[in-house]
Amino acid sequence: MSDIYVKNEKSYRAKKITFNVLTYLFLIAIAIAILIPFYWMLLTSMKSDELMRRIPPLLWLNPKEWQLSNYYRLFELVASGPRRGEPLFPFFTYMRNTVVISIITTAGTMITTVLSAFAFARLNFKGRDILFAILIGTMMIPGEIFILTNFLTINRMGWYDIMNQSYMDVIFAMTLPFMTSVFYIFYLRQTFKQIPNELYYAAKVDGTSNFQYLLKIMIPIALPTIITITILNSMGAWNAYIWPAMITTKDEFRLVSNGLRGAFTDTGTGRTDYGQQMASATLVTLPLLILFFTFRKQIMRGVSRSGIKG
Amino acid sequence: METKNNLKAWFYLAPMLILMAVFTFYPLINAFIISFYKDYLPLANNGTGSISGYTLHNYVVIFKNQLFWKAILNTFVLAFVSVPVSIIVSLFISVSLKAIPKLKGFFQTVFFLPYVTNAIAVGMAFAVLFHKDYGLFNVVLGLFKITPIDWIGGTASWWAQMSALMVFTIWSSLAFKILVFTSGLENIDKQYYDAARIDSASKWTIFKRITVPLLSPLILYISITSLIGALKAYNSVIGLFGEKLGGQPYSMITIVAFVYKYRADFAFQGFYSYAASAAIILFFITLIFSVLQTMVSRSRVHY
Repeated sequence: MSDIYVKNEKSYRAKKITFNVLTYLFLIAIAIAILIPFYWMLLTSMKSDELMRRIPPLLWLNPKEWQLSNYYRLFELVASGPRRGEPLFPFFTYMRNTVVISIITTAGTMITTVLSAFAFARLNFKGRDILFAILIGTMMIPGEIFILTNFLTINRMGWYDIMNQSYMDVIFAMTLPFMTSVFYIFYLRQTFKQIPNELYYAAKVDGTSNFQYLLKIMIPIALPTIITITILNSMGAWNAYIWPAMITTKDEFRLVSNGLRGAFTDTGTGRTDYGQQMASATLVTLPLLILFFTFRKQIMRGVSRSGIKG
Repeated sequence: METKNNLKAWFYLAPMLILMAVFTFYPLINAFIISFYKDYLPLANNGTGSISGYTLHNYVVIFKNQLFWKAILNTFVLAFVSVPVSIIVSLFISVSLKAIPKLKGFFQTVFFLPYVTNAIAVGMAFAVLFHKDYGLFNVVLGLFKITPIDWIGGTASWWAQMSALMVFTIWSSLAFKILVFTSGLENIDKQYYDAARIDSASKWTIFKRITVPLLSPLILYISITSLIGALKAYNSVIGLFGEKLGGQPYSMITIVAFVYKYRADFAFQGFYSYAASAAIILFFITLIFSVLQTMVSRSRVHY
């Protein structure tokens, strides 16, 4: 009797260990698959022209062979052509533009989001539920539909001036259409709703106005959510591609994504300088990764909330 | 005790409502109108635009356009293959993560990295990975004595290009799904698993009979939102193939890329309306899936 028990226990443990080993192997394999593109990007960016042209490609570089000349060359000034005198890849200009656009868009989004989330969570008004349902409905509409008319609106406002576009024009055109977010309103409204009613009534009795209540009580309580929204929103400008390409008339107004593609292919020969291309891709990826590792918890919490609605 | 705050409420909503009226609601209606314009030149007359009437012809033109059908085919193949595959893979990953509490945080962070990267930058890295001569993929295939394949270049077949785009798309979309499924799994009551263990159910049975059914509302919700997202593929194509949109020009065009191609040609009479018509068609395709989703989430079937 006890023999059988021991035997079962042993086979159970053996099974469990095998299962754990397999689980780890599976997860390690996936982790490698996730990391390979980053590795290849970095590796390629550090290969010299001569090493780059090796077939089959080198899978590993000796630290002695690492070289940053691809990075240096990104900042060299173009000798001829329409972009003469500018850096080959104006990373700092693009970065500055991206940061400026990101900050203004996020500030605007926070104002509209906090005010509307407060109205939806705390104030009672006619048509509240219908309006909220309509807003939620717009979340599913592909943004490509809006872009067609928004481009015309921007043009009519005089912000798409082919001859004489100013930096202010670009800032208006790039930020105003993106200063609202139904998802963030939805998210913040949920947080606001969890704040007990008693606090509101107590504040009312004390003669506090709605706005003071929002500013002094609701915003501090909901601060973690507001910070999460701020971080998630400010990452948006890094991925913006089509809109900035569409409404800017000068290279110096563009954002990081725009400068990347096509910048390192010789239009005459069609040959691409992969080393420089990967160097620029690494430069663009780095700030986002730094941001991620700084605010890992907030970002992951915010993103997982966007999956599990309500 | 609830007091009516009609006027005050609209005051709080005003900034959002004004911006949405200008940049969301009006453009939505206007896209429909543009799609019916005849001979539309959007920037003529100092930006007010010129038309010569209304017509249904724009839809006829794009339905006769082979490029449009190519865009539909590419988009649908991409969406209907990449979404189920990435959902199944991320489900397995999430369940595996649950089994190893020790290193869970580390793996979760690694798996999340693709979410915080720039689609264009990583797409370019994938383009190098898939390069016929300089890429890692052909090196790996070489280990199995497979001769180098042109995945994304000028001689690449449609299948090769689609596979490369698929791999990149799945790679990028895993992060979000793993995160959501992992937090979904945490919300499943432990009692179910304890009961299964007493009955000495196998891991596969537990996965099939407990995890998947209890997670099914979330799986359905994520499937449909991902599908809608995948139908809007564009940045991934630009990242991997560049403005050429394929190994051969336009070979990997998507519906959104089709819209942007005709939008960019706004100087040609009527082209802006073709872009609008294609955008409206995309709108209705996504609408079907949105309606499906509301129906599904309303019925809330778990089992």
